Amino acid sequence: MVLKEMKSTLPPGSYYFSGNEAAAEGAIAAQCGYYGGYPITPSSELMHRIASRFRETGGVFMQMEDELASICSVIGAVWAGARAMTATSGPGFSLMQEAIGYAVMTETPIVIVDVQRVGPATGQATRPGSGDMMQAKWGSHGDREVIAISPWSVQEMYDQTINAFNLAERYRVPVILLSDEAIAHLRERMEIRERVTIFNRRKEKGAPPFGAGDDGVPPMPAFGEGERLLVTASTHTEYGIRKTDDPLVQAKLSSRLHKKIVNKRDEIIEYENFYIEDAEVVVIAYGFTARSSLFAVERLRQEGQRVGMIRLKTIWPFADRLIRNLGTKVKKIFVPEMNMGQMAGEIMKYTPCEVISFSQTNGEVIYPYAIMEQLERLL
Amino acid sequence: MATDVKQYLRPEAPPMPFCPGCGDRILLRLILTAIDELKLNMDDMLFVSGIGCAAWIPSPHFNADTLHTLHGRAIAFATGAKMFNPKLKVMVISGDGDLADIGGNHLIHAARRNIDLTVICANNMVYGQTGGQVAATALKGILTATTTAGNYYRPFDLCKLVNAAGAIYAARYSVTQPTLLISSIKKALQTEGFSFIEVISPCPTQFGRQNRLDTPKDTFKFFEDKLITEEDAKGLSPQELENRIITGEFSNGRS
Repeated sequence: MVLKEMKSTLPPGSYYFSGNEAAAEGAIAAQCGYYGGYPITPSSELMHRIASRFRETGGVFMQMEDELASICSVIGAVWAGARAMTATSGPGFSLMQEAIGYAVMTETPIVIVDVQRVGPATGQATRPGSGDMMQAKWGSHGDREVIAISPWSVQEMYDQTINAFNLAERYRVPVILLSDEAIAHLRERMEIRERVTIFNRRKEKGAPPFGAGDDGVPPMPAFGEGERLLVTASTHTEYGIRKTDDPLVQAKLSSRLHKKIVNKRDEIIEYENFYIEDAEVVVIAYGFTARSSLFAVERLRQEGQRVGMIRLKTIWPFADRLIRNLGTKVKKIFVPEMNMGQMAGEIMKYTPCEVISFSQTNGEVIYPYAIMEQLERLL
Repeated sequence: MATDVKQYLRPEAPPMPFCPGCGDRILLRLILTAIDELKLNMDDMLFVSGIGCAAWIPSPHFNADTLHTLHGRAIAFATGAKMFNPKLKVMVISGDGDLADIGGNHLIHAARRNIDLTVICANNMVYGQTGGQVAATALKGILTATTTAGNYYRPFDLCKLVNAAGAIYAARYSVTQPTLLISSIKKALQTEGFSFIEVISPCPTQFGRQNRLDTPKDTFKFFEDKLITEEDAKGLSPQELENRIITGEFSNGRS
């Protein structure tokens, strides 16, 4: 059986964690056995907790010399049989992009937590932003599909980190947890259940490690299992033989890497609806901003306004069908974001209905009253 | 010396890509000979390489687990694999541009951490695959696609570099010294901790052409004339040693 139930690594009950600590615990609960990282604000507490907790769980922790080495060591560890992760913030996430492309091309399941801070460049290291939404999608050269998730609470930093490991294993793809400084440093109560469900790595002796039909996911072998693996991020056949000038092999591989995610998007994508049955104006929000948005929407509902909200839990692959459908039913879509409208632009691609982007990039979270004020003008 | 290395080659691999006279093809044979003499089991071995001609020595030709990585990052990938599964015997094979230019930081950090890796750096002093540009290991004065008036800068002494960072075993030999090189590879493979061999591996196509060395034989002679043993180098001044290539073992016995 591919799914297995495991006992949680921490005793069940309520905990008062920061988002970063919760993500570290989620990784441990998901049987993460290797962490390679490099310090960067505002993600470092995640690494601190892993470093000390791995001494109890037997995981291998490496503080590497830079972000390039961190993510490359993670990929190496995964091929040696580990479930592995790293965490970083914008500048480090930029440095990791080439290796994310490598992980996509070699179908290496890795988890990256990107605790976003406001940029560009060094920006304000201790202040939140959502400026990496598009970098998560387009950060490497060449078309590449990854899965990206946006948690909105400490509970979700835990749950979605476990989910990230499961998705990474199921689809053999990098999964990025697009957190931000506000969620990562927020402390609130969260629950740890008695058991967690883990997706077990699929093994099939002698099966092609890089071939699985038109949109399939091959089994995932490891070094040292006698498979004599040939792993390369150059264009390769289903057994890993490099083919640097064969258009058919290139077309087949790049198409499958795309389709194995996009064709399965209905299984991958998660979102949450609030008050949308009769809504004329719908807020689409994610991450910390969804908390402010929900507060604003509930206040306006109390005043009898027909406003609703959809919270995107999965950012990539994008919920295009959801938006297409929504656009035929509502008058306006309002998208508050801690960036210059990155997801608003994506939403506009899929609906002719009016999409209003509300940007704030001053390094502060967007307050509920700011969203209320904007919505009142639209209603 | 007549080891049948075919048994270690992947049967389904395409023909080797090396140019006529390439030192890397010789190095491929010498590495497999050392493995054969030590009777190592290829199922326990992992070969990690970066980007460049020398990275194609193990991938796809060695019939073992091979990881062909990003440019410069072979040692970082190898570190993760070795740290998670210490049972793997991990050898990194790559070029000087890959390991010393773009990947130099990972090289010294792996030596500092004393990760149990054997790193073989095929040094041809140029970027062979991209058109013969200068590398950080190039001797002063040599002509390359990007130093058409001769290389202005000093080369890295890679053995000194990794020794200063804490390598357990460091050596430099040329592919023209096969017996010494095989024995050095065997020593490196038997060393517990970080071991490093810089292998002078001439590139007739890029280096030779740029430096007006008409045949592979001329390119090999160019390097052979610069070789000097550690013993013979003793007592010579830095000026006398400029543009000489000192061969030998430079282990500092640290742990």
